Amino acid sequence: MSKYECVCGYVYDPANGDPDNGIAPGTAFENLPGDWVCPICGAAKDNFEKMD
Amino acid sequence: MYKPIEIADGIYSVGCRDWDIRDFHGYSTYEGTTYNAFLVLGEKNILIDTVKEKFGDELISNISRIIDPQKIDIVISNHTEMDHSGAIPKVLQTIGKDKPLYCSKMGAKNLKSHFNRDFNFKVVGSGDELKVGNRTISFLETRMLHWPDSMFTYLVEGGILFSSDAFGQHYAGDKFFDDEIGDEIIPHARKYYANILLHFSPRVQALLKDVTKMNLKLNMICPDHGIIWRDNPSKIIDCYDKWSKQEPTKKVVVIFDSMWDSTTKMARAITSGIESEDVHVRLMNTRKWHRSDIMTEIIDAGAIAVGSPTLNNSIFPVIADVMTYIKGLRPQNKIAAAFGSYGWSGEAVNILNKEFAEMKLDIIDEGVKVQYVPDENDLNRCFDLGVKIAKTLKERLA
Repeated sequence: MSKYECVCGYVYDPANGDPDNGIAPGTAFENLPGDWVCPICGAAKDNFEKMD
Repeated sequence: MYKPIEIADGIYSVGCRDWDIRDFHGYSTYEGTTYNAFLVLGEKNILIDTVKEKFGDELISNISRIIDPQKIDIVISNHTEMDHSGAIPKVLQTIGKDKPLYCSKMGAKNLKSHFNRDFNFKVVGSGDELKVGNRTISFLETRMLHWPDSMFTYLVEGGILFSSDAFGQHYAGDKFFDDEIGDEIIPHARKYYANILLHFSPRVQALLKDVTKMNLKLNMICPDHGIIWRDNPSKIIDCYDKWSKQEPTKKVVVIFDSMWDSTTKMARAITSGIESEDVHVRLMNTRKWHRSDIMTEIIDAGAIAVGSPTLNNSIFPVIADVMTYIKGLRPQNKIAAAFGSYGWSGEAVNILNKEFAEMKLDIIDEGVKVQYVPDENDLNRCFDLGVKIAKTLKERLA
């Protein structure tokens, strides 16, 4: 599963998920709900870029 | 137009003063502002940032008083917000449209989007160092301080930091340096922090730690607005450290609006209760105080009390404006309480409590509602709420 980087520099790591916002560890970026936003800056999913 | 100022050997401040601006995207700027740009001369010449589009001619004119603008070799964009990037097309058209434009990865993306065209981008990131003639510059990305593209440019020889919007102030005057203006500038810097950077305070803390680790020599900090910190740059860094920690102090801000002065009477009684406990208080009527001034008072307060009449089953529109604004700037570590007068339905206090909860403020009381005009008993309840807020705050701070 790939990590994704937000415009603000936050990195979504599927291994960690986003527990503060109800996303369990092990959740792939692609499987995040459509209304999930960056926990740092509030940007929507389409602002994220897949990291190498 | 003003005489370009040599801020260090071969380095000039060439930006523009906007004496007239009073509303900076919803932030009150009673003293106007400046859009700072810096010309660094050497074997090669560098322009750091530009100005708002309408000041483009003035910027070119300022540069022309020092050198032929076509002799500028590179342009650096530390921040793409239009008050700093607006004149980039004009500058490039003047100096040569294919001259390199240095910016962050997000900077390139934003500039393409702002101007709907491409430039000769040279994308740089944190730690990149560049030899430009006899000068050495390095870059530090400062994402979300306060846009994704934000970065600092550091001039190694001389230890000069060009810090984009960070450490700035909306102030236009005939003074250009911290030692010329003295502590009079601090309230402007504080207002800037409260209204532009407060919600990114955790990032400010991280940045300050990074900068300390890097052990950068900081002889001068040149922000994109207001005066330059040359006498004691650590002063503004210490202020940022303090403001970004959001440590509560023994101070309450009472924010209110009123239709027929009932909520005003309640606000005054709450204020008296707070004062009776020797806690500092500011009473701010939202139709007399600009939202950005209220925000500036909030940053070091330990508590806020918000009062709104109920209008058409909701909170009063001006209070909604101020609450939306405060919420977006995410003040932390505060206790909160609501109050308000109503006629027949009285939703305002509950709506305010819901807002406080979403803001993760600590609601210490269900709030005081009064139907129509407060009587003596009601005003005593308000006084008691003031006492409760002040006592709770003192206990938290003890």
